[in-house]
Amino acid sequence: MQNLKTKPNIAKPDDVYEALIAAHSGLTKDQSDALNARLILILMNHIGDEVIIREALALAQSSNRDMK
Amino acid sequence: MNPSIEERYPLAFRLYPYQKNADQERSNAVRHPVVVVGGGPIGLATTLDLGLKGIKVLLLDDHEGAGAGSRALCFAKRTLEIASRLGAAEPMIEKGVQWNIGKVFHDDRQIYEFNLQPESGHQFPAFINLQQPYFEKFLYDAIAKAQSSGAPIEIRGKNRVDALTAHADHVVLEVMTPDGPYSVAADWLVACDGARSPIRTMMGLSFDGRVFEDNFLIADVRMNVDFPTERWFWFEPHFKSGDSALLHKQPDGIWRIDFQLGWNIDRKAELEPAKIRSRVDAMLGPNVEYELVWTSIYTFQCRRMEKFRHGRVLFAGDSAHQVSPFGARGANSGIQDVDNLGWKLAMVVKGTANETLLDSYSTERVYAAEENIQNSTRATDFITPKSEISKIFRNAVLDLAEKVPFARPIVNSGRLSLPSIYDGSYLNGADDIQLPRRTRPGSPAADTPLGEEWLLAKLGGQFHILAIDAEVPETLSIASVALSTIMLSSTGNAALRERYLGEAQSAIYLIRPDQHIAARWTRFDEVAIGTALLQATSSPENL
Repeated sequence: MQNLKTKPNIAKPDDVYEALIAAHSGLTKDQSDALNARLILILMNHIGDEVIIREALALAQSSNRDMK
Repeated sequence: MNPSIEERYPLAFRLYPYQKNADQERSNAVRHPVVVVGGGPIGLATTLDLGLKGIKVLLLDDHEGAGAGSRALCFAKRTLEIASRLGAAEPMIEKGVQWNIGKVFHDDRQIYEFNLQPESGHQFPAFINLQQPYFEKFLYDAIAKAQSSGAPIEIRGKNRVDALTAHADHVVLEVMTPDGPYSVAADWLVACDGARSPIRTMMGLSFDGRVFEDNFLIADVRMNVDFPTERWFWFEPHFKSGDSALLHKQPDGIWRIDFQLGWNIDRKAELEPAKIRSRVDAMLGPNVEYELVWTSIYTFQCRRMEKFRHGRVLFAGDSAHQVSPFGARGANSGIQDVDNLGWKLAMVVKGTANETLLDSYSTERVYAAEENIQNSTRATDFITPKSEISKIFRNAVLDLAEKVPFARPIVNSGRLSLPSIYDGSYLNGADDIQLPRRTRPGSPAADTPLGEEWLLAKLGGQFHILAIDAEVPETLSIASVALSTIMLSSTGNAALRERYLGEAQSAIYLIRPDQHIAARWTRFDEVAIGTALLQATSSPENL
């Protein structure tokens, strides 16, 4: 990992995490899935850098407990 | 064997009725330098290109002209440039419908509008819509004109190839006609016999790729409406006629309508006119009168042959590669095959290049086919998501596209069909990075206005030296290849400067007969041009 930030980068992690969970409150599974998808696309565009996005994808894939 | 040649489809234009030919009277196979099999757009264009280069060419088709019905529809700028080099573009432009605006809808909302209007300073538009039978007829008309000027072209209608025997330096074909079978021998065979290529099957060659599990209904309807000349595409349309829908204008007051039906359908029931009408009615509204001109249901496949040259047999167009229609990369890429193959085969037949040059046809066009398959696969995956999560992301893109600009370029209902740039081809020679990137070796030369004329009209058919703000000899013959030189001044021509010169003081381009850039320099150097020419013809030992 050369470009992707893997050290803590959020000043108030509890606040941001709470906001993420709160955004899903009261949503059905379908609505939550759609929200997550929109959020990923918005953040991907904000990052913009394909190298970082691919590193993030690789990190997410390697962290999947169901995949050997 | 039954000697009748059945028509597999009705004809729109009967262009070359069967006539008994002298070869049929002979007991031994008459040998031809080049035989083209298949009278579709690719076979006709190959025949025309070779004939115009003075190569004796025989076209065998199991029909007698252009088939009726809608198939290819959108012909891209590069195709028109190639057709122009072949003398067939004028009636296409006259008959075709030009369009630039595309609108994308999700449900009942417009989410995105795009304009394909290319930069100014090009002779041809980004696209025209023209029914395939017209495209074929205009190519045939150019062939008839070339024949009357002495081009050595022969077309044999109702001549069906039933068997092929490949030899080291020729092939022998068993050909069925209404008067029974006869044999034809060919030094070179160009198989333009379509996606189900009988020639490919006879040679036992594979054609691997991917089938998309979806059915699309085409309805071409004739109606008098004042819809704008735009491409309208719906994802999950509110009128519920399909999972997606397309409306696109054609010549003669005909509109192409496409509905995505899904995978598990009853084809026969879906093709009932009443059923089709209920879908079209829902889309157009209750008070629009129309006539169903043509209907069919089709599935998509993206696949290609591993290589397009097999000894003395060359595959071009759908016989070599097949794509889904989103992005208009079927007929358009086939015409680029023709463009790439024509000059190489002509040089080999004339003995001015080694036959290894033909391997570069396969290399360059396999590269292009991969690009086309990738583009069309991406569009099809967006239109027909393959998994639940894929559909969730697709709809997230559509929802966002309505509100925020960033998501709009992700919406993919088919991308603009652009010609392939042969980056990394072993035919490419020297480059000078001071010169603009868009005209680097491997690129198709960009058109540019020259007063009342156009640059591309001066290029092609043979190797050219294009000199900008530089002095070069008027004629050059390097390594026994004749070179025509074109000298241009960039003074007062901003497009020429921007596309070919950039910040450099002068530029020399070596341009292939298919108008692709072979090599370029900022100063004239005859030795360097010779080296690049040898490389571009891939046959140094011959020259």
